[in-house]
Amino acid sequence: MSEEEKFDVIIIGAGPAGSSCAYTLAREGKSVLMIERGDTPGSKNVTGGRFYTYALEMLDSGLYEEAALERKVTHEQIMLLSGDRSISIDYHEPGFNTGGEAPMSYTILRANFDEWLAEKAEEMGAMLACGIRVEELIERDGKIVGVRAGEDEMYADVVVAADGVNSFMAQKAGLIKDIEAHTVGVGVKEVIELPARTIEERFNLKEGEGAARMILGCTEGIHGGGFLYTNQDSISLGCVFMPAKAAERGKTIHEIFQDFKMHPSIHPLLQGGLTVEYGAHLVSEAGYRGIPRKIYREGFLMVGDAAGFVINTGYSIRGIDLAMLSGIAAARAIIDAENTAEVGPQYLKELDEIKIIPAMKAADGFFDVLETPGLYDKMPNLANDVFNNLFTVDGGVPGSIKKDVMRLIKENGLSMWQLIKFGLKGVKSL
Amino acid sequence: MSIERMEAPQLLSRNRFNVDEEEPHIVLDREICKKCIEKPCLYVCPAVLYKLDQNGEISFDYAGCLECGTCRVMCKTQGIVRWEYPRGSFGVSFRYG
Repeated sequence: MSEEEKFDVIIIGAGPAGSSCAYTLAREGKSVLMIERGDTPGSKNVTGGRFYTYALEMLDSGLYEEAALERKVTHEQIMLLSGDRSISIDYHEPGFNTGGEAPMSYTILRANFDEWLAEKAEEMGAMLACGIRVEELIERDGKIVGVRAGEDEMYADVVVAADGVNSFMAQKAGLIKDIEAHTVGVGVKEVIELPARTIEERFNLKEGEGAARMILGCTEGIHGGGFLYTNQDSISLGCVFMPAKAAERGKTIHEIFQDFKMHPSIHPLLQGGLTVEYGAHLVSEAGYRGIPRKIYREGFLMVGDAAGFVINTGYSIRGIDLAMLSGIAAARAIIDAENTAEVGPQYLKELDEIKIIPAMKAADGFFDVLETPGLYDKMPNLANDVFNNLFTVDGGVPGSIKKDVMRLIKENGLSMWQLIKFGLKGVKSL
Repeated sequence: MSIERMEAPQLLSRNRFNVDEEEPHIVLDREICKKCIEKPCLYVCPAVLYKLDQNGEISFDYAGCLECGTCRVMCKTQGIVRWEYPRGSFGVSFRYG
């Protein structure tokens, strides 16, 4: 092996985890090679999506001001669908975008953001090689020492697997088996172009500000939900399904998603727009309990989605920020460790320090809450029925609301006891 | 423009693909697929690339693949004998993502 083929670190995948790792390492003078299978960073990636800005601040303060981001989220929305009806909640907090400070979160499109972030890593001195699929890891004396892509072999002290939710690299390293169906969701999304002014009018937004919406009851009872994010000149509308449940339903997820797009409360928001892309991606749903038992071995670390770093509470989903944090943690471990054997244990300490593991632990209970039977059909239906009862005036004598609600709970195949249990479970996991 | 229900091929036509004509990245064993009763791939592929032909057998085209991996995860009978990412620079290229 010749000197020029050897790097301090090789990173597989130039997404947010890989680029954050490369950026931090290159800034400290490490020689870093990022290998990306897409033609450009981000071209294989899909998000909902939203990005929490603090992670970029942690990478380098002020970086967010020039980042390829869409709109500052000041409207947090929740929507419950049932048939052709809907309930919407819009929580507006202008303080999520206070002048002079980093706004809390932005809507985001990954092709733009990932390419920009990889460029920043390059500016720090990292090397980026695109259009290359890493096929094998090179192992010597029980250590990972490099990667193979076609005829090419490249060597490094540490190889970082930042290759996403389908981490073939972690599988090849023997640290994980293939994904189990019940631990992931499949997300589908249309990007629909609309003029910025139209988006601002329809969503009651100030210029440059945006809305993030989570939607329950749009999956025909399948474990999952919808999302809508307002970008600068487009809307990201999508749906996530637990694939095992979707297969039992006997209807394609494409069809269910198209029904959702045509819902009378969704369709008018999109009208006049043009669909410019249709994407899909897996997302880890298992949270803390989904993190593999071992996320390193000598000469090898897993970061971002590859390590299962996603938090889904049902009302907010975090992945990109955790990916970036884990990339930074990996870089810190590599910088601080005296030798390759120390890197892995040090990485675990850094993950704790940077609060990924504690944050994921704290959100672990949401997994059980989101498994609650009836959550994806009976409950949003009940909520809509109750609203229907409140707002129906037909000249008759109104019944007792309490009695009506009890009747509606029964009609929806639910019981008071079930709802109390659900509430308790929710409280317990918070 | 008006927003309408779109069939999968129509949606996929909005994407940029560079199809690897020499090397399919997903390969099925049709004999195994024949024996599979549930056929979850028919419902879970976002691009609806798995279909039934006139004989009730799976027909599949890898050209519009969005590379999500759902079919692999859901394939219990292992009729999908190979599932790799397309070779470097081939496959879908998201312009928005």
